[in-house]
Amino acid sequence: MTDEPLLRVRGLTKHFPVRQGLRATSLVRAVDGLDFDVRPGETLGLVGESGCGKTTTGRMLVRLLEPTSGSIEFAGRDITHAGRRELRPLRQELQIVFQDPYASLNPRHTVGRIVAMPLQVNGIKPPGGIKARVQELLELVGLNPEHYNRYPHEFSGGQRQRIGIARALALRPKLIVADEPVSALDVSIQAQVVNLLRDLQRELDLAFVFIAHDLAVIRHFCQRVAVMYLGRIVEIGDRADIYERPQHPYTRALLSAIPDVTQLGPAGRIRLSGDVPTPLDPPSGCRFRTRCWKAQDICATEEPALVPRDGGRQATACHFPEGGAVSTSPEGEAVGTSPEGEAVGTSPESAGAGPVTDAAVLGAEPAGRGAEANVEEVPS
Amino acid sequence: MDSSEPSPSGDPDDRPAVPAQRSDQDAYLRVRDLRVRFDTEDGVVRAVDGVSFAVERGRTLGIVGESGSGKSVTSLAILGLHDPKRATITGEISVGGRQVVGLPDEEVRRLRGRDMAMIFQDPLSALHPYYTVGRQIAEAYRVHHPKASRREARQRAVDMLDRVGIPQPARRFDQYPHEFSGGMRQRAMIAMSLVNDPALLIADEPTTALDVTVQAQILDLLADLQAEFHSAIILITHDLGVVGQVADDVLVMYGGRAIERGSVEQVLRSPQHPYTWGLLSSVPSLHGDADADLVPIPGNPPSLINLPSGCAFHPRCRYADRAGTRSRSEVPELRAAGGTGSASAAGADGHLVACHLSAQERAAFYAEDVARVGVAV
Amino acid sequence: MSLSPVEGVALAEIESGPDVGGPATKGVVGRSPGQLAWLRLRRDRTAVASGVVLVFLMVLGLAAPLVEMAYGVGPREQFQQLLDGFGMPLGYAGGVSGDHWFGLEPNLGRDVFIRLIYGLRTSLFVALAAALITATIGVVLGTLAGYLGGWLDAVLNWITDLTLAMPFLIIALALTPAITLRFYGERGQVSSAFGVGVLIAVFAIFGWTSTARLVRGQVIALREREFVEAARASGAGLGHMLFRQLLPNIWAPILVSFSLAVPQFITSEAALSFIGVGLSDETPSFGRMIYDSLDFLQTDPAYVFFPGITIFALVFAFNLFGDALRDALDPKSSR
Repeated sequence: MTDEPLLRVRGLTKHFPVRQGLRATSLVRAVDGLDFDVRPGETLGLVGESGCGKTTTGRMLVRLLEPTSGSIEFAGRDITHAGRRELRPLRQELQIVFQDPYASLNPRHTVGRIVAMPLQVNGIKPPGGIKARVQELLELVGLNPEHYNRYPHEFSGGQRQRIGIARALALRPKLIVADEPVSALDVSIQAQVVNLLRDLQRELDLAFVFIAHDLAVIRHFCQRVAVMYLGRIVEIGDRADIYERPQHPYTRALLSAIPDVTQLGPAGRIRLSGDVPTPLDPPSGCRFRTRCWKAQDICATEEPALVPRDGGRQATACHFPEGGAVSTSPEGEAVGTSPEGEAVGTSPESAGAGPVTDAAVLGAEPAGRGAEANVEEVPS
Repeated sequence: MDSSEPSPSGDPDDRPAVPAQRSDQDAYLRVRDLRVRFDTEDGVVRAVDGVSFAVERGRTLGIVGESGSGKSVTSLAILGLHDPKRATITGEISVGGRQVVGLPDEEVRRLRGRDMAMIFQDPLSALHPYYTVGRQIAEAYRVHHPKASRREARQRAVDMLDRVGIPQPARRFDQYPHEFSGGMRQRAMIAMSLVNDPALLIADEPTTALDVTVQAQILDLLADLQAEFHSAIILITHDLGVVGQVADDVLVMYGGRAIERGSVEQVLRSPQHPYTWGLLSSVPSLHGDADADLVPIPGNPPSLINLPSGCAFHPRCRYADRAGTRSRSEVPELRAAGGTGSASAAGADGHLVACHLSAQERAAFYAEDVARVGVAV
Repeated sequence: MSLSPVEGVALAEIESGPDVGGPATKGVVGRSPGQLAWLRLRRDRTAVASGVVLVFLMVLGLAAPLVEMAYGVGPREQFQQLLDGFGMPLGYAGGVSGDHWFGLEPNLGRDVFIRLIYGLRTSLFVALAAALITATIGVVLGTLAGYLGGWLDAVLNWITDLTLAMPFLIIALALTPAITLRFYGERGQVSSAFGVGVLIAVFAIFGWTSTARLVRGQVIALREREFVEAARASGAGLGHMLFRQLLPNIWAPILVSFSLAVPQFITSEAALSFIGVGLSDETPSFGRMIYDSLDFLQTDPAYVFFPGITIFALVFAFNLFGDALRDALDPKSSR
């Protein structure tokens, strides 16, 4: 707790105006007030479903997008609205790895040029020359340094992702934002890249903001995890807290929705109905309430604050967080037997311990509304 | 014949060509020795090379593989969707007793939609953007029920939308695909493929484009619908978790060939092929030691144009050397995984693997692997 | 580096390359996308044939004075002695002979072959220069509009629309004589360099819009690509973005549009000369020759035939080559 955070984010917000003609008619609230810190060498996972704003957040952190409001402090300096020249020295310490290994490399440049780009752009002449540094980087990410002169199309997806990582490492950054770095790769390749990132993180003492939709990948990479829903963090905490003692209903639903190889057969799980509502018009109060089985009147009127629980590092934005420790036994019995068992039981759309097929597929009232409202809002 | 020599079991019954799967004869879909070949500029691509399997009504077969494994090509062949000018298909595909390979286009089209249907990964590109969702479903119904009136077709479509859990189906009938959310679109797609009660449903990565919470809904829906309509389902996916959740049987494909086949318990609980072990140990899990390294499979999936000789997996296989030069020179055949069992025993067991290693060797190596990885799946 | 587990995996990945990597792993030095396109182009028979024709015609045009020396006849020499009393060339097919390969012009008695060679030179020069200028203007404006967007994009779009709305022929008809009048007065002898310059200027003013539109669209598509964002995230300035990241990726369509613009300008030049606002009779050009020859369509068809067939071959070869180039640069579009 003593060391200063490397990255301090407060009230970070991004609203995209939706234009019809010249006038902005409405706002997409992609990111709506995020607070979090990343300390040096720490790995923070940002996890959530599509439309939760995790990618927008990542792009704001490296200033590819201009925040609407809030502040980003990096290494003690406010970079929220810093210009290109002011950013320059900081760019070197703050890099990004992209999702799509095919779109993220310039097809007309050799690998050597791609990896050297950050050095050249910033006018850095490493001792021993650029070529030596690039080859060192290629070796660091497990590529053959002799392949310096090849073009991206000659590499496989996993190898391309390694090139993208080498490029991000070229300036010796302190923090890397990794935006879904493995989700476009084949299963057997994902583990290679996750292991590589983990080794680099340890070796070079890098801090990471690791953005992913896959909670299982996050679990293997991150010390801290922030769960996002519709532009807000609903729960943040240490890995053990999030995975073993999730307090927000959404975190629990997300965890139980992941099909796990170690579990065969139709696992009983919390079944959320409907889709994520549109960020054009998020639900009032708690944004998750339209899909939540615990929703009460207060959830529609009052937005729950992200408050720390148990005096610890875990914070949850929920009016009715889970009580003590809840086992997320994949069998799903925990749902039925946990202290809030009744709450779960009374809601028809959450699968209790009973056979899954018995539960109504959708129709359940609160959820049904959510799903519907969502679809209606899509502009036609 | 030297192939049986190095195995310590030395059992000649070890290798029946392709042992019949349990109740193979009454299976709704039977695929035997399917081969799909494309002639391209860069050479001949054997996208599917001798794959056999069967699916009964009421059961789900999961086909697992990475990019280029031939899993999608197999499904398109079953549906007769390959362009005959570019693809050469041989082997046997029998759908409800009818041979699909070599059938005239017109008749395959009649089978398609009525007896078998497909759910695509991306419903947005599979639905026509300029027609209402309901109209597309009704059209799909009228194609196979020419006598049905417009009103009947509409009623049927509304019923189907209702059945797949779309609220207010009568109103939804008149909306366009872009007015549906991702999950709703996939539901509509499922409604469309089920509108003629097909006995065989092929779902190609049906949930890959969806969020996890929506994926869970769709998988549940498929299971419910299967229980109701008693259909045979082929689920094509790269996600072993999804397979473990919904499949009864699993077929693992690599480089266009089937390398392991068996019930879901057999394949996921006691995997026999080193590739399957690798897949299982490289998938991050919500359980076990989070700090342990994942154990990836080295190397990259092979290119079909330039498939490694012998066992296509040998360049990535930790144990390729243990099988001697055979791994490079000889394509291993799919045979009973038990090793010592006879063909009939294999038939009862049904667990098949295409690996040069003997059953004992595999058992020993797997135990070694599990000990090394530290996670017993 | 002590990243042993990673190294192990990665080395295996590389070592297994020759086995599993497919076509990607030949040789240590990679083939650039440009080299691959060149290989595809060389494999395409149409491209090779049309390319050979183009190179041949261009060399002929460039070497016109040399051809004149070898041929021994100049473009302005008149051979009145070879014409009959009505001014028609003696002999068959417009006076074709060993000395005058394509015959002679009626009335003036100038050699058709050498005038064609010089006409080729004029046409190619005008067309290539115009294409080069329009491509440059189009690329600069299109890139800026596409990458910077905002009001600049709006203004440039508006100018493009305005230019497209102007009727090219009418303005060319009105403008060219007006400019000439302004510089030379009623009776001044117009130099051929001036005529050529005016023609190129007229083409440049009207021709840049299509390239600008094309480039703008390409840049907008590329702008959102992650490799461009990666450069921005590293702090790259405008110059680097445009010249290092974006331009190398739009060379292909620019090249194709260039190679298809050249034949357009050749025909436009001929058309303008034909309707009389192009080049003067002094400067040999295709359009002018065809215009002059039409009076003798009945009496001396060979006079129409030779320039007609040459301009046809030139434009046809350019178009074929442009299409082949497109296929070679973007192999996906042809299937």
